[in-house]
Amino acid sequence: MRRDLLVALNAARQARRAVILVTDTPSGEARLVGEEDAARDPLAPELDKRFRSGRSGMLEDGRTFLTVQVPPPRLVVIGAVHISQALAPVARIAGFDMVVIDPRTAFASEERFPDVPLIAEWPDEALKGVPLDAYTGLVALTHDPKIDDGPILAALAANCFYVGALGSRKTHGKRVERLLQAGASAAELERIHAPIGMNIGAQSPAEIAIAIMAEVIATLRTSADSRRAVA
Amino acid sequence: MSANQTAAESGLDILGTAETWLGEGRRIALATVVETWGSAPRPVGSHLVIDEEGNFQGSVSGGCVEGAVVGEAIDVIGSGAPRMLEFGVADETAWRVGLSCGGRIRVYVEPVGP
Repeated sequence: MRRDLLVALNAARQARRAVILVTDTPSGEARLVGEEDAARDPLAPELDKRFRSGRSGMLEDGRTFLTVQVPPPRLVVIGAVHISQALAPVARIAGFDMVVIDPRTAFASEERFPDVPLIAEWPDEALKGVPLDAYTGLVALTHDPKIDDGPILAALAANCFYVGALGSRKTHGKRVERLLQAGASAAELERIHAPIGMNIGAQSPAEIAIAIMAEVIATLRTSADSRRAVA
Repeated sequence: MSANQTAAESGLDILGTAETWLGEGRRIALATVVETWGSAPRPVGSHLVIDEEGNFQGSVSGGCVEGAVVGEAIDVIGSGAPRMLEFGVADETAWRVGLSCGGRIRVYVEPVGP
């Protein structure tokens, strides 16, 4: 692989742009095709299929290999709370980009989140700079409807692969009532994972963070309609 | 791994590691799983990056064939020509280096850079 292709591949990953490296394996000759240029490529139908599946693979000719790189999965966390502090290193190890949004500046301080992109604004403002997409999971942890409800609706509308919200069954019941009134459909609201996290009996914030991460990974890797982002 | 390490620094981002190593002036090869049959431990697209001294990061199996791939990669770095390797229970080399899971994989090894 040429060095410039390696650099371009890494730059695309940083910028959350989907690209495919097309390699003729016997010669080692390769080219990089961005999602926006795929339609003009001689392999257009195959590339289109691969961009949708996110899967690398050999073509039927047995010599052309496609390295498919779709954006790394990302977590948008609403709430700069104790669980979020524990979630940050867990998400990083699992290969997820993570950003934390909380308008309450006492919570959203750099001291509490030294290594995490942190936006101390209301979610509707903050999300303008962090567009939600199918490669993004939304984790709502503030417990405050004023802060959580808006981004939950936005995540459902953007087809985020995972939408989870902290709170007991009772709390979630009230949330569902509010969101129905706000115009969401019952079917859409079924997609919200609540109470949040895989049931592993988690108690401490760190344990809850691991339960959330497990559920996020399970949803990304096993649900039929989710993009299979390959790290 | 400390919380402020990037994935590249921790060795989890293999292509990032490859770029870093090139920047340090190391000569490297990249191994990629290009096909699998049966119960292969790592999916298609998995990478292993190797330098001329045999240092490596990443994986193309559960640790079963990495040793053999590293040896081939050092040859590839020397010759500059890519190479396709195949490992499986059916062939004798694989029995020695061992894909104990019973799967079969093809691994493409290519020089990277300069």
